[in-house]
Amino acid sequence: MAEVTVLAATGNQMVAEAFRQAAPDVVSAYPITPQTAIVENYAKYVADGRVHTEFVPVESEHSALSSCIGASAAGARVATATSSQGLALMYEELHIASGMRLPIVMANANRAISAPINIHGDHSDVMGARDSGWIILFAETAQEAYDNSLIAFRVAEHPQVQLPVLTTLDGFITTHAMERCELLDDTTVADYVGQRQPCHPLLNGPAVGHGMFASLGGTYFEVKKAQRQAIDGAAGPIAAVGKRWAEVCGRSFESIDAFMCEDADYVMVVLGSAAGNARVVARELRAQGIKAGVARVRLYRPFPAEQLVETLKNAKAIAILDRSDSFGAQYGPVGLDTRTALYQCKRHIPTHNYIYGLGGADVTLQALHQVFTELRALAQGNLDQGLSYLGTR
Amino acid sequence: MASIKELSQTRERLVGGHRLCGGCGASVAVRQVLLGAGADTEVVVASATGCLEVSTTALPYSSWNCSFIHNAFENAAATITGVEAAYQGLKKAGKIAADKEIKFVAFGGDGGTYDIGLQSLSGALERGHDFVYVCYDNGAYMNTGIQRSSATPHYAWATTAEVGTVLAGKPQRRKDLTAIVAAHHIPYVAQASVGNWKDLVEKAERAFATPGPAFINVLAPCPRGWRYDSELTIEVARLAFKTKFWPLYEVRDGVWTMREVRQKDMLPIQEFLRLQGRFKHLFLPENEQLINQLQTEVDANYAAIQRMCAATAPV
Repeated sequence: MAEVTVLAATGNQMVAEAFRQAAPDVVSAYPITPQTAIVENYAKYVADGRVHTEFVPVESEHSALSSCIGASAAGARVATATSSQGLALMYEELHIASGMRLPIVMANANRAISAPINIHGDHSDVMGARDSGWIILFAETAQEAYDNSLIAFRVAEHPQVQLPVLTTLDGFITTHAMERCELLDDTTVADYVGQRQPCHPLLNGPAVGHGMFASLGGTYFEVKKAQRQAIDGAAGPIAAVGKRWAEVCGRSFESIDAFMCEDADYVMVVLGSAAGNARVVARELRAQGIKAGVARVRLYRPFPAEQLVETLKNAKAIAILDRSDSFGAQYGPVGLDTRTALYQCKRHIPTHNYIYGLGGADVTLQALHQVFTELRALAQGNLDQGLSYLGTR
Repeated sequence: MASIKELSQTRERLVGGHRLCGGCGASVAVRQVLLGAGADTEVVVASATGCLEVSTTALPYSSWNCSFIHNAFENAAATITGVEAAYQGLKKAGKIAADKEIKFVAFGGDGGTYDIGLQSLSGALERGHDFVYVCYDNGAYMNTGIQRSSATPHYAWATTAEVGTVLAGKPQRRKDLTAIVAAHHIPYVAQASVGNWKDLVEKAERAFATPGPAFINVLAPCPRGWRYDSELTIEVARLAFKTKFWPLYEVRDGVWTMREVRQKDMLPIQEFLRLQGRFKHLFLPENEQLINQLQTEVDANYAAIQRMCAATAPV
């Protein structure tokens, strides 16, 4: 039986606890706001001898992920954490980690991307990684950051997956705000996470080659196809591993967290920490007899298109909230994903894309009320299906 | 160390069948360095992107008789330290036997080491991992077609340091990477050359035997880029030594020692330049002063190393 410790903790603390309990052989990381507390907490576990981890305090995020790649190829369980410019600096290594099919768990404190420089929460950094072949999870709360981080190890190292996982939490809002959290005992978590069984490690086996050269001749193309199949095929293992964690901890794991969507006329699609405010507004509207709902995407890659459309299918109008923009595209990233999913499933429900909260701008209840008001206009054909910046001058 | 006969019978870790050019100094450097790891020791090799990597790892083949990893261009040092960290972590976790010895070595060209990989190397050295980093210095980006790097010699021709009506090759001097590495105060630093095999293998042996970071900068002439006939690689490397272009020295725990060029062997810089098409323009009458300047530069560098040797000699 799991022992639960209730504590007040920040998202960063909970990610650090999850990493400690998963007992990686190597943690290689570099400080960056608002992730730094994860690395700091981990360095303290190392200093206190609470973990066997080899801690590599690198000179840049590029070297952080480069050394994680070396360590994962060697057969170690590996974790790191980053944010914003750090994730951007890792760009080429993101693709190499997934292309080499190396399980690595990386926490990202979602933060704005320069310029102008801004240290606060939005999703511009992680959306730069969305096509890099990593599995991507978004946490709403500190508790969920903990849960997702532990699920991430089992997903990454799953024999059918063998891919890196980005487990994200919103900068400051989730990384720094203190919440009531539940920490499971170390033994229960260790049993859940298990041990990594590496495929073709550099150490402890026959000589192998990692990162070989695939020029003309089709091998590169086939490797990429296998990678596509791996991430698409990861949906099953993610659901199974998530369900198992739900059984252990008593909190559910759904790739789409649907709130009052079943009979909702107006649904807001959202990622991460803004979902709480969205639910407050939906509840207020329900009290007024307006059928509002919120669909929060917890698993972002592979994108759970069918589950999302199933959640949205009865809506008359949908607001898709994006905390980053895809400049020059018709919609922001979540907008593009959602619209494609609806089209794919032949659901022609009107949508409007809202870019909100960039650079940590507040997402007020008033602004979210405005979105639901506009959805009623959208359902009646009185609002275009375009894109708006929410709450700006 | 082993005799040349014994070395010739040692199982090699970079085997024949690779696609490096005839006369390539890089493969000679790698084979000789790996001989220094000991015949029975397990070795993991990392390589930066470059000639060595593309020519030895073309799928579905590999020329490596040991575990090998390539990650990207600028991060061979970070990558091998990740492998080394995994070894330490897995040992602590009891997943690798406590007495199992594995050696870790990274190879990068001068582009991947002096230029784009300098930060990654510096970080890895400062952190004190137990590994050997080997730069095979052929003085330009040879894999992409002889573009200048910070290792390209002063006044050498390169495809991005052209010889023309107003420019006579690379206007800048080379970066002194070996001295930069020595400034990290790591336990073992050496400069070696494929032209002096015994010196190179001995240095490799010492590098592998040293706990903590070790670095060897190996001069590895490139017939394509330096514009000489491929059978002259070893001759060109020897001339680099005899003309003081490439001093052979070591820094062991801060103590500098140099293999001095014997007076009777010493040659003017022209003898190194003359065989190479990349310096052809220096032999035009109007460029005589450039050769004189190069002579002054190598003399000054050699004298500076002599002074370091004297200054750090144990009393």
